Amino acid sequence: MNCVSATFWTSLIGALLILFLEKEDHDTIKRTAALAGFVCLLFSLTAYLGYDLRQGGMQFVLKRPWIPEFGIDFHVGVDGVSLPLVLLTGFIFFTAVLISWNVKDRPKEFFILFLTLVTGVFGVFVALDLFLLFVFYELAVLPMYLLIGVWGSTRKEYGAMKLTLYLLVGSALIFIGMLALYFESGLRTFDLLQLSQVHYSPTFQKIVFPLLFIGFGVLGGLWPLHTWSPVGHVAAPTSVSMLHAGVLMKLGAYGCFRVAICLLPQGAVFWLPWVAILATVNIVYGSMVAMVQRDFKFVIGYSSVSHMGFVLLGLASMNPIGVSGAVLQMFSHGIMTGLFFAIVGRMVYDRTHTRDLDELGGLSGPLPFANFCFIVGGFASMGLPGLSGFVAELQILIGTWRRYPLLAALTGIGIVVTAAYILRVMHKVFYGNLGEKLHPLEPITPLEKVAGVILVTNLILIGLFPSVMVNLIYTTVEPLVRGLFG
Amino acid sequence: MILLTTFTTEIVILSGIFSLLVLDLFFLKKKEPSERSKIIGTVASLFVIAATLSLLRSAHTVHALGGMWVLDPLVIFFKGVILAITFVTLLLSMEEIFTPHVSEYYAMILFAALGMLFLISSEELVMIYVALELLSVSLYILTALHRGVERSQEAAVKYFLFGALSSSFLYFGASYLYGLSGATNLTLLGEYLRTLSMPLGPEQSLLWVAVAFILVGLGFKLAVVPFHLWAPDAYEGAPTPVTAYISTGSKLASFFILIKILLISLSPMGGTPLSGRFEGGWESILAVIACLSMTLGNLVAMTQKNLKRLLAYSSIAHAGYILVGVVAATKMGIASVFYYLTIYAFTNLGAFGVITAISAKVGGDNLSDFSGLGRRSPPLASFMVIFILSLAGIPPLAGFFGKFYVFLSAVGRDPKGYGLMWLVAVGVANSALSLYYYLKILKQMYIIEPTDQTPLKASRPLMAALAVSALVVIGLGLYPSPLLSLLNAFMNYLPFTIPS
Repeated sequence: MNCVSATFWTSLIGALLILFLEKEDHDTIKRTAALAGFVCLLFSLTAYLGYDLRQGGMQFVLKRPWIPEFGIDFHVGVDGVSLPLVLLTGFIFFTAVLISWNVKDRPKEFFILFLTLVTGVFGVFVALDLFLLFVFYELAVLPMYLLIGVWGSTRKEYGAMKLTLYLLVGSALIFIGMLALYFESGLRTFDLLQLSQVHYSPTFQKIVFPLLFIGFGVLGGLWPLHTWSPVGHVAAPTSVSMLHAGVLMKLGAYGCFRVAICLLPQGAVFWLPWVAILATVNIVYGSMVAMVQRDFKFVIGYSSVSHMGFVLLGLASMNPIGVSGAVLQMFSHGIMTGLFFAIVGRMVYDRTHTRDLDELGGLSGPLPFANFCFIVGGFASMGLPGLSGFVAELQILIGTWRRYPLLAALTGIGIVVTAAYILRVMHKVFYGNLGEKLHPLEPITPLEKVAGVILVTNLILIGLFPSVMVNLIYTTVEPLVRGLFG
Repeated sequence: MILLTTFTTEIVILSGIFSLLVLDLFFLKKKEPSERSKIIGTVASLFVIAATLSLLRSAHTVHALGGMWVLDPLVIFFKGVILAITFVTLLLSMEEIFTPHVSEYYAMILFAALGMLFLISSEELVMIYVALELLSVSLYILTALHRGVERSQEAAVKYFLFGALSSSFLYFGASYLYGLSGATNLTLLGEYLRTLSMPLGPEQSLLWVAVAFILVGLGFKLAVVPFHLWAPDAYEGAPTPVTAYISTGSKLASFFILIKILLISLSPMGGTPLSGRFEGGWESILAVIACLSMTLGNLVAMTQKNLKRLLAYSSIAHAGYILVGVVAATKMGIASVFYYLTIYAFTNLGAFGVITAISAKVGGDNLSDFSGLGRRSPPLASFMVIFILSLAGIPPLAGFFGKFYVFLSAVGRDPKGYGLMWLVAVGVANSALSLYYYLKILKQMYIIEPTDQTPLKASRPLMAALAVSALVVIGLGLYPSPLLSLLNAFMNYLPFTIPS
């Protein structure tokens, strides 16, 4: 059994099972979803433990013909770039189901869509066929519309429509790039590994690279195409924000790397310096906008824009250490932001019914666990040593310094402002006087604690023992990036 | 004997028409319309099933009546598709009573089916004329049959006037072709045109008039911009099952005959639509028409408040996508057109099926009548989601694969020069654009709360028909290979030679 493809089969089967459950039987529906999440997590852990570091490269490969008329295969596998992201999806999926235990409105439809979404996400990370990847990509985007539109809050219809349209315009660009690759290679195949062996002409690379990079970059939160993301995150229900900021945005960055950079390295050399500038804007601009927000969730939304800037900057550095940092940052930020949205949406908002920073305050007393989680997440976000954010951002900065010293210096502004807004939020929400209106607050439930502990453990574990992830990433990234850029 | 093996299907349908008229006249006049509709509808469906079965035994590759009448596996397959469409239309019709003229209604549906069956078998101008008129006249009448609804009468008159005008364009063009060549058979016409020396002599202007008039005439039947004006009114005014029929069956048959006329007879007049080597001809004209149809159809669809009208504009846009495959004019392109038409037929039938079920209960087909459908009838709403997303071209549904195939073959026409990339880019951009109004339908069904909370239920046969369509749409999206290889094999039977 291929434990890599088992991930998305499991969530798909979970969705189908829920389809046949009784509408009123909320508990069974949630338990089925949680079970699917747990099994997915186990499968991704199995893949992580079973990955042979000495051998490196693509492992757990499975290839079957799907539509032979067009050279489309069902081709999956993972390497050191995709495996951390599969693992991330496993963690976020499971914890997000635990966090959304209080969904009361039509849970059946909610979890069917949610599991479909997760199926798409797992699929993108493990697909080694461009067509298959595209199919999963769209599968991951579309359920979002209904999840936000039906179960969301704050301007949900606008947020849902904006998000879906942005992402699907991006996928239209990808589609055109995909057709161009198919015909230019002359191989009549969509196999990513075969396509990456082809040497395309420099002109072709320069034209097609921006199509693919922008197409995926929209989902990766590339400035100035990021505006769907804070709006969408705020409008989405908690578990969907977790999945969305935590995993879906990584889908974009992953696509940028796996498809655009790996297939068209010369186009990358031409365009990536410009991307590096945009990514720096992401970092600085995102953090500054986060600083002035009044809505707790918007702070986190913009912090995602800022942190995704680090990912894109790392990719743009075009050297092994920077790219390896980018991959680790994807994992680390995914866990971190998942934790943040769990705190904002579930632990705080569902109890206080406000996200206004001026109305919140003093929550450290009644909700010490939320406070603890926020401190760990916040410190990871600031890049404090001993937490995963530090390891990732340090690598990215070293990589960037080698190629773009000026930009590396400019990101310093972003890092300082990040520290400022995290401390500001921490101060406003958790310390000070507990507002009159906020009484009484029900305590944090055990399920929320389990979810919080899982996520926090990840942040600390990677901070203290970076090698658990870095070795895996580096064994793949080092030869890959050297092969691409010499 | 030849008559039997060659025309069995048509004979079965024709005898069906007479038997149900007789049945209604002599045995059912006293009964309630709803009961008559059930009985006659069932009889009609049985005849359609019998006709489909007869296809299995019909002769392969026949050229009867001096090449007027052609049967080959491709034609037989699409006769099957047309009969399937007719069958679903009959099921939809039994859902709602909109006219006291029950037997006439069902007879007209079968007459239209007969017209389509004849149309896709004919390779001769006079035969095409007869078949196309049989089809069109039946559809005009069907459009008018929504008793008591004023817009139905208006729609029928509009449809009739435009249709009659377009027919006269078509036959005027055809008469020039006959005058020049002395032949009405498509193959002979094509041979004659190929014997003319290029560049053309004095015949040139007459030939261009003929090409232009034929394109205008067929453009009306396909409802492509700028010949689309009748479509929104006809779609909105006609009874919903008839709308479903017009938008699937009639469109399929018209595309079939468009491809035959253009590629058998007029292939020397194609010109080239490739960027950088642009040359006038029907291919380049169709490329421009495709662009206009996709763009205008999608833009105008965004502002619609009536769901049937919205789907009318969406079908104008879809005709544009399909034309991209015709413009590619390769074996792959033609196969992609057929693939798209098959998928589109099932998707659209499904969507109109849901509309039929809802409007029969709610009494309207405006977008607002669909609010809260996700709560009022989860199964109907989820069927609608599948059909709408397939129309929008979202993978892994079949609609996506149809678009993918069409665009792939268009780029494949000139794989190194990217000569048709411009058309594909317009198509893909439009596909993204169209999502806005498809999402609007989803929003109406799931996000907007209904004013009336009562649950809705559709009849069992209708649900079965919807379920089958949904399965086809999902199945052909996940596993398109069987249909693909079937269509690819059929391409060997095309009565003309084109690059693969």
